[in-house]
Amino acid sequence: MSAVLKVTGMSHWFGGLKAVSNFHFEVPEGAIYGLIGPNGSGKTTTFNLITGIYKPTEGKIEFAGGDITGAKPYRIVRKGVARTFQNLRIFGSMSVLDNVRVARQYRPASTLLASTLRLPSFKAEERLRKAEAMRLLDVLHLADRAKEQAKNLPYGELRRLEIARALATDPKLLLLDEPAAGMNPKEVQDLMALIGRVRDEFKVTVFLIEHHMKFVMGLCERIKVLDFGETIAEGIPEVVAKDPRVLEAYLGKKGGH
Amino acid sequence: MKIPRTPWLLVVAAGFWAVVQLLRLVGFNDYYLFIANLSLVYVILAVSLNLINGIIGQFSLGHMGFAAVGAYVSGSITTLIYKLSPNVAAHYPGFVLALVAGGVAAALVGVAIGFPTLRLKGDYLAIVTLGFGEIIRTIFNNIDAVGGPRGLLGIPKFSTFTVILAFALITVAVIRNIAESAHGRNMIAIRENELAADLVGIDTTGYKVKVFALGAFFAGVGGGLYAHLLQIAHPTQFGFIYSVQVLIMVYAGGVGSLTGSVLAAFALTILTQVLKSFLSWLKAATDLPIGGDWYMVVYALLLILIMLYRTEGLMGTREAKLMIIPEEDEK
Ligand SMILES: Nc1ncnc2c1ncn2[C@@H]1O[C@H](COP(=O)(O)OP(=O)(O)OP(=O)(O)O)[C@@H](O)[C@H]1O
Ligand SMILES: [Mg+2]
Repeated sequence: MSAVLKVTGMSHWFGGLKAVSNFHFEVPEGAIYGLIGPNGSGKTTTFNLITGIYKPTEGKIEFAGGDITGAKPYRIVRKGVARTFQNLRIFGSMSVLDNVRVARQYRPASTLLASTLRLPSFKAEERLRKAEAMRLLDVLHLADRAKEQAKNLPYGELRRLEIARALATDPKLLLLDEPAAGMNPKEVQDLMALIGRVRDEFKVTVFLIEHHMKFVMGLCERIKVLDFGETIAEGIPEVVAKDPRVLEAYLGKKGGH
Repeated sequence: MKIPRTPWLLVVAAGFWAVVQLLRLVGFNDYYLFIANLSLVYVILAVSLNLINGIIGQFSLGHMGFAAVGAYVSGSITTLIYKLSPNVAAHYPGFVLALVAGGVAAALVGVAIGFPTLRLKGDYLAIVTLGFGEIIRTIFNNIDAVGGPRGLLGIPKFSTFTVILAFALITVAVIRNIAESAHGRNMIAIRENELAADLVGIDTTGYKVKVFALGAFFAGVGGGLYAHLLQIAHPTQFGFIYSVQVLIMVYAGGVGSLTGSVLAAFALTILTQVLKSFLSWLKAATDLPIGGDWYMVVYALLLILIMLYRTEGLMGTREAKLMIIPEEDEK
């Protein structure tokens, strides 16, 4: 299988802090790929670099064969990389439906003029977009919430709303930053099934960050483990789980409390 | 058969026009008409500022600077037309073109300011527009061709009630239609969370610059109408204090609510006039050392009260029914 995402020699400094150190990895197309590591080990920074929020100090990021290093975030999204956020970033005052619909709008066929004058092209486009957004809400079990103001949703539903919104951009690669955070065990179970289903149904590659060991081990086909910005292991879950450095740096600490 | 939607905005504007015409017959004097006209000019200024500060969530402090550009540009054009051609038939089309030219000039200035500033995240726009408002005033103060500190005099009185109302209607309708469209949704997303908006593929910088320019355009048109109402464009008419006045209208009405801006523009314009007459009466009656600008104290108090007790203003982000365009399947 070919790699949809290829990172070579990527490093990033925040002032004197090396948050990401010489990363080399490939995310195979169609995979569910996991990124784990203790707090502050550089996971979210990795996502921020891939999505163009920061430009890496060194190295190269290739997506679907093209160089996206240092490109503007909205251009990277338009190429097919979507993400969710560890600290939710929803459009609070907008309806749940509009949160998703707005993510389908980056290729407007109708111009500002057409929408000001409400020409037929604008109306047809709006109809289509709404239907597509409703379908996504349906897949993520949020259809009955469509009209509610997004900020009124409980935490677990907001996490799913962020996934729906990311999918609405029509991604090839979906980055999920701690999608199970703040969920109860039942919700975590459901989410695992959902992510598998999303991957198959939308033909996306999933790249996720998670603290839940069971979640990562149960769902991911490949895992990369970080500690203090360094990669300490990479491979299939069965092997990574037995790696002594991983046990010491990450699992060891976890087991300690 | 498809029944076309009632154009409620047009109906309300026509109703307002008819009421004022009727009142004219029964003692609605020139002063009252002037207040109605001034209110409508402020509707244009407040609604266009709300597009920038409310809908797309940026913070501009120099809206009157754009109004000044529109006032001086359109005023220069019409005074020239007036001098050159005694043919009255040419005046009105010339006036409309001059207003549009004033708006375009203001929009270009808006792009020049907005492009370098709006690429940055943070409150840079507030600082830059604050400076801009003062700089533009100083510039006009020092150009002799437009009267320097005396102001641009002899502007023909082309801003009639009907003309101002028509432009106010167009402004509100255009901004409403944009706010209620997919583009408006992009703008609100930018206001709600700019980074997330970037990451659903919205060109946030592009939108911010375009919207800022559009707001500046309407401010320029409003400024042009203002100059042709007062028959003068004077540097002091466009000072910081007046930008703040428009800003307070936006906040009093509710940031993000166009309906609120319309209502607040009327309410605060009328309040200002009432206060001004009250203060001059008080001054005459009591010999107190009261200046003509003391009504601004009330604005300051109002702003403080809004910030303390009702940050969402009169309307919050709610809109009157006629300002909402229902979705296709919900009519
Ligand atoms: N914008 C920033 N400026 C300065 N330092 C930063 C910035 N963003 C992250 N860091 C630092 O970089 C390091 C890696 O942070 P990052 O957010 O990537 O960690 P993480 O692995 O996602 O942790 P967590 O599990 O807590 O989410 C941390 O030391 C963090 O404090
Ligand atoms: Mg993180």
